[in-house]
Amino acid sequence: MLTLENITKHYNPGSVNEMCLFDGFHFTVQDGEFVSVVGSNGSGKTSLLNLICGSIDTDGGSIQVNGQDMTRKKSYLRHRKIGRVYQDPSKGTCPSMTILENMSLADNKGRHYGLRRGVNKARMESYRELLSQLNLGLEDKLHTRVGDLSGGQRQAVALLMSTMTPIDFLILDEHTAALDPKTAETIMELTDRIVRKKKVTTIMVTHNLRYALEYGNRLVMMHEGNVILDKSGREKEEMDTEEIMGIFNRISVECGN
Amino acid sequence: MALLLSVLEQGLIYAIMGLGVYITYKILDFPDLTVDGSFPMGAAIACILISRGAPSLLTLPVCFLAGAFVGMLTGLIHVKLKVRDLLSGIIMMTALYTVNLRIAGKANLPIYNMQTLFDNEAVDSLTGWIPERFRTVLIIFVITILIKCLLDWYLSTQSGFLLRAVGDNDTIVTSLGVDKGLVKITGLSIANGLVTVSGCLFAQQQRFFDISVGTGTVVIGLASVIIGTSLFRRITVWKVTTSVVIGSLIYKGCVALAIRMGLSSSDLKLITAVLFLGILVLGMERKKKVKTDADIREHNKTL
Ligand SMILES: Nc1ncnc2c1ncn2[C@@H]1O[C@H](COP(=O)(O)OP(=O)(O)OP(=O)(O)O)[C@@H](O)[C@H]1O
Ligand SMILES: [Mg+2]
Repeated sequence: MLTLENITKHYNPGSVNEMCLFDGFHFTVQDGEFVSVVGSNGSGKTSLLNLICGSIDTDGGSIQVNGQDMTRKKSYLRHRKIGRVYQDPSKGTCPSMTILENMSLADNKGRHYGLRRGVNKARMESYRELLSQLNLGLEDKLHTRVGDLSGGQRQAVALLMSTMTPIDFLILDEHTAALDPKTAETIMELTDRIVRKKKVTTIMVTHNLRYALEYGNRLVMMHEGNVILDKSGREKEEMDTEEIMGIFNRISVECGN
Repeated sequence: MALLLSVLEQGLIYAIMGLGVYITYKILDFPDLTVDGSFPMGAAIACILISRGAPSLLTLPVCFLAGAFVGMLTGLIHVKLKVRDLLSGIIMMTALYTVNLRIAGKANLPIYNMQTLFDNEAVDSLTGWIPERFRTVLIIFVITILIKCLLDWYLSTQSGFLLRAVGDNDTIVTSLGVDKGLVKITGLSIANGLVTVSGCLFAQQQRFFDISVGTGTVVIGLASVIIGTSLFRRITVWKVTTSVVIGSLIYKGCVALAIRMGLSSSDLKLITAVLFLGILVLGMERKKKVKTDADIREHNKTL
């Protein structure tokens, strides 16, 4: 179980641009939950994920996993148990290395990076197999530099890389935003398969309301650093896109735009 | 012939330093000025050890370790104390000036008539059949190639992969559950180890240590790396490290020619600076162009 308790987060403290994003923020995710997070631009979705992963520090409050305090734990240590795909497609892969080299790096996550060969030839077949699930023809491009792939292809590789080793959490930040509609569909289905197979607790940020409804067993809407809608199980299944759209619009009106 | 030999000797010695700069500048994306201090440190250590009668082969591991230690300090200053990369190097370079004087005991320490790596009984008995003038260059060639191959091997290991990844996109190193600061420190250590070994060989070839031998080392290293990598950009038959070695030879060749044509070595610094600027600007031009091509491709795709 992941618990965020009484979180406070200010950006640019002490300057004229100071802004308080989270103030007394609470959030809990049960083991095995697949949470879709929606919300307008700047509502704090990426910041929430950054807090969980330790990419940014909290100003107050605590973050716990199964009752253990993680608030001060180093980001790289937390990531050993977290698979993560970033909103920015260039963040999840190394552009100057080949697909094969990238996957080999990810394959060794959680173990020691020593003086053994970086590429394990015996694993190549299983990399090909993984890549073929993407239906992007990348299985024939193992020796292509990732920097020469399109943003969407890179994001697809990043998803595979983030889930190659055992993890407790999968953190996805608009991981289908850079993909064409058909590939996005493929990747979403693949994501769902991976989540089910690994039974991994997942938080997925998306702007696609249909995906938010169709996938996962809990739906959360954020607005200005607060959770304003939180539905799971039956309640979530009974919702439809129009209803969510309606809530979206109501908030915008309340904010005067 | 003498000119060619001296270009080869010096070019190959400086190539080892170039490989160190390649690690920091190209792989880590860290402009490391420590080099201007760690190169003469190698010279100082070599000369003091040899003048005290230590076996010349010992100078290589000692210099590598000393250089690695210095690189580690630069890394710690940058990573732990959060000092900007350029400034971390400048701090270490400044500190090393004093340290080098202390190591050597004075600003100039000759080692004429003493046994060096290139001139000792073992070498004489092993390479007796080779004409004397070719012996030095041969030994240097073997050492440089050996070091280049070792570096190639390291860069193909898991640890080497991390080093390449951290300069490319350090976020992914964190995502892999690895401390990116530690990887940077490792890279700086290896790089400065190589630079110090290069200084060690340089002093034994020249047969003296002088406190000023380090001035401008980083520029020579950068020039070698940039000449090598941009001239052979399209060539995939050999590794980038090979390009760096050739780049160093080309650079030394040009310098030798310039001096041959009557330029004094004091004029040389200005010319080096101008050349260097030219190479940098040309290099950037290309980079920009490549980028716009890619952008256009991207754009067309979305249309
Ligand atoms: N590094 C930062 N420095 C200052 N302000 C920041 C920083 N990161 C985020 N913010 C601010 O915090 C707010 C929330 O940003 P965040 O990136 O979490 O939004 P988001 O919900 O992910 O939006 P989007 O849907 O556009 O990705 C924004 O108003 C943004 O301006
Ligand atoms: Mg975001």
